[in-house]
Amino acid sequence: METVHLKINNIPVEVPQGYTILQAAKQANIEIPTLCYLKDINCIGACRVCMVEAKNRRGLLAACVYPAEEGLEVFTNTPAVIKSRKTTIELLLSNHKKKCLSCLRNNNCELQKLALEYGVDEDRFQSEEPIYEIDDLSPYIVRDNNKCINCMRCVAACKNVQSISVIGAIRRGFDAHVGSAFDKSLDNAPCVGCGQCVVSCPVGALTEKPQEDKVWDAIADPTKKVLFFTAPSIKATLGEAFDMPIGTNVEGKMAAAIKRLGENVSAFNMDFTADLTIIEEANELVERIKNGGTLPMFTSCCPGWVKFVEHYYPEMLPHLSTCKSPQAMFGAVLKGYYCQKNNIDPKDVFVVSVIPCTAKKFEATRPQLRSDENYDDVDVALTTRELARMIKRAGIDFTNLPEEDFDAPFNKATGGGAIFGATGGVLEAALRTAARILDGDFKKVDFEEVRGPEEVRVATYEVAGVTVKVAVTSGLGNARKLVEKVKSGEADYQMIEVMACPGGCINGGGQPTRSDSVSNYVDYKALRSKALYDYDKNAEFRVCDDSPVIKMIYDEFFEAPGKEKAHHYLHTSYTARDKYYK
Amino acid sequence: MADKSLPEFKGTPEQEKKLLEVIEQNKDLPGALLPVLHEAQEIYGYLPIEVQQKVADGLNVSLSEVYGVATFYSRFSLTPKGKHKISVCLGTACYVKGADKVLAEVEKKLGIKSGECTSDGLFSIDSCRCVGACGLAPVMMIDEEVYGKLTPAEVDKILDKYIAEEGGSN
Repeated sequence: METVHLKINNIPVEVPQGYTILQAAKQANIEIPTLCYLKDINCIGACRVCMVEAKNRRGLLAACVYPAEEGLEVFTNTPAVIKSRKTTIELLLSNHKKKCLSCLRNNNCELQKLALEYGVDEDRFQSEEPIYEIDDLSPYIVRDNNKCINCMRCVAACKNVQSISVIGAIRRGFDAHVGSAFDKSLDNAPCVGCGQCVVSCPVGALTEKPQEDKVWDAIADPTKKVLFFTAPSIKATLGEAFDMPIGTNVEGKMAAAIKRLGENVSAFNMDFTADLTIIEEANELVERIKNGGTLPMFTSCCPGWVKFVEHYYPEMLPHLSTCKSPQAMFGAVLKGYYCQKNNIDPKDVFVVSVIPCTAKKFEATRPQLRSDENYDDVDVALTTRELARMIKRAGIDFTNLPEEDFDAPFNKATGGGAIFGATGGVLEAALRTAARILDGDFKKVDFEEVRGPEEVRVATYEVAGVTVKVAVTSGLGNARKLVEKVKSGEADYQMIEVMACPGGCINGGGQPTRSDSVSNYVDYKALRSKALYDYDKNAEFRVCDDSPVIKMIYDEFFEAPGKEKAHHYLHTSYTARDKYYK
Repeated sequence: MADKSLPEFKGTPEQEKKLLEVIEQNKDLPGALLPVLHEAQEIYGYLPIEVQQKVADGLNVSLSEVYGVATFYSRFSLTPKGKHKISVCLGTACYVKGADKVLAEVEKKLGIKSGECTSDGLFSIDSCRCVGACGLAPVMMIDEEVYGKLTPAEVDKILDKYIAEEGGSN
């Protein structure tokens, strides 16, 4: 590999050709501040915060886009550089709605952090503040353009990563802003709700639609039983909201914290319905293969992916597994089985899911998620961030909590369920179970081929004379390419797992906000995934059908996979949607 | 955040045929969006959502990108133009001579804002930068006619003349 030699603040560094000054500086342990730059997502040199000085170069250079050149001498902290950065930040603040105290990104905002570091005067430039209407009509994302700094990170995430481009830059000059075509609300645009824009936003212009208050109201109501369940990936990410190292498994503390939110609160383990999804889905796959059903079968547990198919590939809907997502299954199990068994009126039960994702908030509002027409199966879907805020408000010292178990009867689950939170996990868990259906003596548990960071992983397995060809992808841009291959006949897989967010739920749009230092320099997706795969490796049960809770619920309620009752509660239908509207 | 209501789209099959031809001719060129939008504006006189969707479909780009380009360049219009196109000069000379008051009077008189068209389709208002008649500042143009040394009262009179010609009602 060709390398170049340069000096950053007099420190000699050798970096591969093609590196930017920003990357070279990191090698010298210098972090140049950035705002519009986001690794793998946005690199446009627009915000001018990363300016540096270089010997024999006129003016200042944008480190995020300027290539590291042989012999270049870069200075990252000269008075000219500091003055330039400071003025840039002051200009950004001139028309930024500075309501920091009530902003969800307070203490967690890249602009605020830089303002403090550079000692700026936030009112140095008095500008006419534009007044944008806050768009909070969608059930998942709130956009407040009065806080937007036009860094275009959300636009890049939506276009470059997800290939949807439902938001873009509109107008020019002082009127320039980000929004959907014809300035429609996100609610009336073909947005899939994945929330990658939210986790790309450096400030508080994009947030999830906060719903903690509804949950607090339910907890304060003595007639209600409040039933929480937490998605597989939450255990691997919640700790970050309490400054714990990335990739810390906090399952025990999380269960303990939720139980402490109120006397009427129970904490259940959603890995159980991940197991349940696999039982139904693996059976569906084997049925489709044996009976000549529509193949390939796409997984259906990711609501961003499901809505993507509904909007952009409605002709492919028969390929989606009819299985509900684990969130949807749990809602149905609680308001159906649990209420019947314990003789509780479903109206007295308030179901709260904790999910890594804003799209699950939309999923919870789907009419298909009403096993009974009188109530929603899931009352509120909270993101990891919202749960963290609830725990903080309740004054719970999270890091020092003892580890506790989830509440019975939905306390036990398998490693197969846990890895749902990482790309490839659903497919791997399904393979473990499907292989057993085909061959009762099948022993293989680790399907390493479908794990990892590659955009598409492909594998072929032979079980009991049946060849199963599978593929895994994450990120909707990658998914789009794969769907096109399926449509053209180029790909002949039996089962394909798709997660809307790159890396799967561990990188979901509802996960704890990362600082740019983490996004740009740490492989946080690998660290979070590792927590789940380690959990799986050490789990008491690893194949979903081994879970005692699964055995119990089929014995007591669902009888067998795909049977009438299972179909009513655990399977769903989809809605073809318009390419340009809601 | 309610969606804004837009005037009803009245495109003809001939216009659509022409647009599809333009898309077909350009769709494989890099950066086809801009020339296609230029042609689309020529064909329809403006770029309503129906036209932008056809462009997005034809060029396989998202509607938000089309809208971004359509709103970036002042050459493009999202609203139809009136039978009489009023253009108020906001160039430096006109501005210091009170062009803002002229524009405000036109807007008040017709009940629409700059960039909009009256519901009967007779008048549309735009602003421009310098028509090269600074000696007559402040200036406005109605179609090809130049009116100079304007005061709000005079604006009123001029517009009344056009309204009377069109049958009296505003």
